[in-house]
Amino acid sequence: MADLDDIRIARNRPSPGLLGTIFGKRGGRKADWTDYVTYGYLLLGLVIMFAPVLWLVISSFKTPANLQDFPPTLLPVTTETVSVEGFDEPLPLYDVRTEDGETIRLAQIRRVGLNAQMIDPADPAAGRLVIKVANAEPVRKVRFTIDNYVNLLTTAGADIWRYVYNSLFITVVATVITLVMNSMAAFALSKYRFRGSTAALTAILATLMIPATVVLVPVYLIVAELGLVGSLWGVILPTVATPTGVFLLRQYMLTIPDELLEAARMDHASEWRIFWRIILPLSSPALAVVAIFSILSRWNDFLLPLIVLNNRESFTLQLALASFQTEFEIRYDLLLAMTTLTALPLAFAFIFLQRYITSGIASTGIK
Amino acid sequence: MTASMRAGRMLANVAALPARLIEPAMSRVQKTIGIKRMPWIFLIPNLTAVLLFALLPVFINIFYSVTGSDRLYPVDRPFIGMANYETLLDCRNYLQPSTCSRDLFWRALGNSLVFVPTQVVLMIGISLLTAICLNREIRGRGFFRGVFFFPVMLSPVVVALTWQWILQRNGALNGLLESVGLGGINWLVHADTAFAWAVAVTIWAHMGFYTIILLAGLQAIPRDVYEAAKMDSASHWRVFRRITLPLLLPVLLVVFVLCVIRSVQTFDELYVLTGGGPGSATMLMVQYIYEVGFAAQPRNFGLAAAASLLLGLVLLLFTALQLKFSRSARDG
Repeated sequence: MADLDDIRIARNRPSPGLLGTIFGKRGGRKADWTDYVTYGYLLLGLVIMFAPVLWLVISSFKTPANLQDFPPTLLPVTTETVSVEGFDEPLPLYDVRTEDGETIRLAQIRRVGLNAQMIDPADPAAGRLVIKVANAEPVRKVRFTIDNYVNLLTTAGADIWRYVYNSLFITVVATVITLVMNSMAAFALSKYRFRGSTAALTAILATLMIPATVVLVPVYLIVAELGLVGSLWGVILPTVATPTGVFLLRQYMLTIPDELLEAARMDHASEWRIFWRIILPLSSPALAVVAIFSILSRWNDFLLPLIVLNNRESFTLQLALASFQTEFEIRYDLLLAMTTLTALPLAFAFIFLQRYITSGIASTGIK
Repeated sequence: MTASMRAGRMLANVAALPARLIEPAMSRVQKTIGIKRMPWIFLIPNLTAVLLFALLPVFINIFYSVTGSDRLYPVDRPFIGMANYETLLDCRNYLQPSTCSRDLFWRALGNSLVFVPTQVVLMIGISLLTAICLNREIRGRGFFRGVFFFPVMLSPVVVALTWQWILQRNGALNGLLESVGLGGINWLVHADTAFAWAVAVTIWAHMGFYTIILLAGLQAIPRDVYEAAKMDSASHWRVFRRITLPLLLPVLLVVFVLCVIRSVQTFDELYVLTGGGPGSATMLMVQYIYEVGFAAQPRNFGLAAAASLLLGLVLLLFTALQLKFSRSARDG
């Protein structure tokens, strides 16, 4: 009966109208003004959040000349060129306003002061014309050029793969070690009762309170003492024991029933086997969250690599990118291409993992 | 959950190969030391790393801050007592950095004292507003949630370079202003606008993280509380003041502390965006520590350590305050 009532009520609802249908709430309920304000806010947010990055990516497909344009063009444009008989190089095309008010298309040979020598590409035999520059508009066409990327890879090609390799190495190795180390500790702290376990847990969680930047100098000293300055391991080792990871995994493992362990022990499984074959696979959701956090922060790390990795061969992508900015002050073409390349892997990861990342953080972030 | 399960299983499969080598070794270890001591075998790697790279450094830091010279190794460093702290805190007029022996420290401190409250208040305000919008029953909620989270994924360097590209003199923002008939400003060259953009860019980059946490907090508020309010036909504002805000308070406090700690530690974005400039208008505490301890020659590790301990002290104070607040909030 309740269902029937619902249907009747639904029928009696006023039609939401066109705007209401587009912007309406789920379930077709009529939208009120707060919904429009909400959508307005979210759409504004969409522009502010995406436009800067989109702008950067689009700009990376512009020619160096196009990058200099002010006001900037929205899309990458290039000046049209045409090959004319008798000239080795292709000539740029211009739309020229004649005195009669007509517009004709000419190719420019060279520019002298306020005048330009032009030629009719369709009829090169007619000879050179002298045109006032003020009357000529370059013919421009939207064209995405990958020259910046090609130039980047040819001028700094080998180095860039080196930086990519370094970043990947740090991210992958640090994440694997983080997962194994943290889950081992979490296993010990959740599934055993032993003297000193509280002290160990406290010691690990106390490090939550110590910001990485506060211990910057002594961490550098220890890395130096271990002989790891300039080595990728010098960036990996200080970051692998994350207290949040241990905490998160421990909370998750506490929910795994102890009977499973007892049963395995009956079958003479060793403790390591229980950990590796039973606990780890069962903890995979928590492991995935820790992995995502680890990958994100290791790939994006800046301060620790900045002080530890002091030679170019060991630079990560982020360091190379930052140093790029100071080295090629004006080479925006290369800088934009490099920035896009650096942001790309995470952007792709984000598209695929978006739903999972945000809900994963939401479910673990408040603890 | 299923996506994560699959991801986890894949990781487990990749890791299975070395595991086959470890397992026999580990069972031999278990036979020699006994099952009682096995938890320590699991703990030792993590504890070693924690001790070496988190707990020990705190004590070394204290030692560093009371010693001088540019030598890295502790044995080479002569004890100089509180001299580093005295140098940092020595000022004739505390309101004028130029009268301090370490004027950059005071500039950085002053900047941080303006930067942190401004950023935290705006960040939490905007994140809360966004979370409330995302919590409404609207179309494309998942999509919008992703939109606001997206910049969190970007590296600070990419964030900084993106905005630098937009804010430069011939950048997109000035182009946009020009097209509506307004003159452009060299945003990152004027102290005030550079500082304002420093705040704005860091909010842009991190607000998604706090939005998601606040959203989770909002979704934990039971629906029927709102239904009851609707029965009493309470206004939106009243519902927000009397229901949403009080019930969200614990989450807001956590977000507040996370936000303060992150804000105090801001370095990467501004180092690339403005380099602390123009002059020292956007130099914050962490950059000061980096400049003194690592960038400047000779490196002054003692001064950097003293500055970072002062920074840590402030953070500790904040965390203690938060604990006190959340306890009193819980006790009613």
